[in-house]
Amino acid sequence: MTWIWSNLDLLWDRTLDHLVLSVPPIILGFLIAVPLGWLANRYRAGRGVILTASGLLYAIPSLPLFFVIPAIVGTSLRSPLNLVIALTIYGIALMVRVVADGLASVDTDVRQSAVAVGYSGWSIFWQVELPLAGPVLLAGLRVVAVSTVSLATVGAVIGAQSLGSLFTDGFQRGIQAEIIAGIVLTVALALLLDGALVVLGRLLLPWTRPATTSRRALRAAQLGEVSA
Amino acid sequence: MIEFRSVSKKFPDGTVAVDDFSLAFPSHRTTVLVGSSGSGKTTLLRMINRMVDPSSGTIEIDGADIARLEPVPLRRSIGYVMQNSGLLPHRTVIDNVATVPLLRGVPRKKARADALALLGTVGLDQTLADRYPSQLSGGQQQRVGVARGLAVNPNILLMDEPFGAVDPIVRAELQQELIRLQSELGKTVVFVTHDIEEAFLLGDQVVILRDGGRIAQVGAPADILANPADDFVASFIGADRGKRALHLERRGDSDLLLDSAGRLAGVLVQQGPTATDARADR
Repeated sequence: MTWIWSNLDLLWDRTLDHLVLSVPPIILGFLIAVPLGWLANRYRAGRGVILTASGLLYAIPSLPLFFVIPAIVGTSLRSPLNLVIALTIYGIALMVRVVADGLASVDTDVRQSAVAVGYSGWSIFWQVELPLAGPVLLAGLRVVAVSTVSLATVGAVIGAQSLGSLFTDGFQRGIQAEIIAGIVLTVALALLLDGALVVLGRLLLPWTRPATTSRRALRAAQLGEVSA
Repeated sequence: MIEFRSVSKKFPDGTVAVDDFSLAFPSHRTTVLVGSSGSGKTTLLRMINRMVDPSSGTIEIDGADIARLEPVPLRRSIGYVMQNSGLLPHRTVIDNVATVPLLRGVPRKKARADALALLGTVGLDQTLADRYPSQLSGGQQQRVGVARGLAVNPNILLMDEPFGAVDPIVRAELQQELIRLQSELGKTVVFVTHDIEEAFLLGDQVVILRDGGRIAQVGAPADILANPADDFVASFIGADRGKRALHLERRGDSDLLLDSAGRLAGVLVQQGPTATDARADR
């Protein structure tokens, strides 16, 4: 414990490093997965290819990926950018299928009705399909967030400072408290991001609020109908 | 006026949904298209706002060929009410009603104020404005659907089996409400149903369809009842089973109406209080 109290600054710095490494891949992976998932959902022919190919990305072992990325992108071997790119790829692998499934889950009656009242092609996607796929997208994004935070620790082996550095450093120097602190902080960070996404979902998807409020509202609505 | 001239629709899979359909839908009247599934009634309805384009023939609205109009603005100028209300589940009641005015660029404040007023028009309490559709009963959702259809004050209102999914009591209530609204607003309504009773109740002009959108008979409900064109129509409206041929029989103090099979269809009463009953149910 004394090690922890005397190294709070280090723990805080590594936590921030970890956030900087894991948040951009979550966002980037999502942004890239949306058009791919849209394509997979829109074009029957492309669906199998896109979903299989993106799913296979997850099968690429991370260590070789760290050597391949600099060769392709031209970054230096020890650049943290390599890790960000690798994590983005894993995020895409998980999210594309989720996006395709989410868009497919939108009720065809609702789509038809949106067309009937005069939504144009793209406004149907932005204002109807994407928000209605929201709950499925959120569920997928939560998995991606937690898995990205956990995967980001691997960065330590290629020199990208993160909470993973606490494991490697702790092993090398035989400081058990440092290893445990690294594990606990990684889990805590994952929970924090997951919680943030849940709150974000509450704000952005208000119609999906828990049943307690809506059931009360339903009862009030029925009473309202009787008195109407 | 909406006019169909020799309109046919063949779908890519080879199904002929509509075959050489010609008919005028008079302005400010309700025309009901009635037929069983496969009669092409929904296809006919969807051709009016270009959800479906005909394979051949022309459709004119007030003399303008709609094939030359852009589909999206056309749809925004026509009210549309569908089964299961078709409301957007992620928008509140008020936003659903204001959807089309907002798409047409009406300022948000005005669109919402108008929408709130429309809730009253369709008999909904304004306290429901901020609910989501899933928090409403089926009948309330359908009323919101009607309000949305009326939101841009369209000349034409298309209704695709709007009351098909609600229970009979609520359906009767909604039908009376539509009759009241129509007497106030005088829209050109095209209403699709498979229920002949509903067709006779709501229609100024009733169109009975056979397979492939072929017209079996067109006319006012009374004309069709009095003179079914053929056996198909007679069977469709129930005349062949004697359901519509009533006779009077005096039993005790009351005059009973019986159908040809002797089943009780009603009681003959002096004109009076019962005529207002239909309105009093709300």
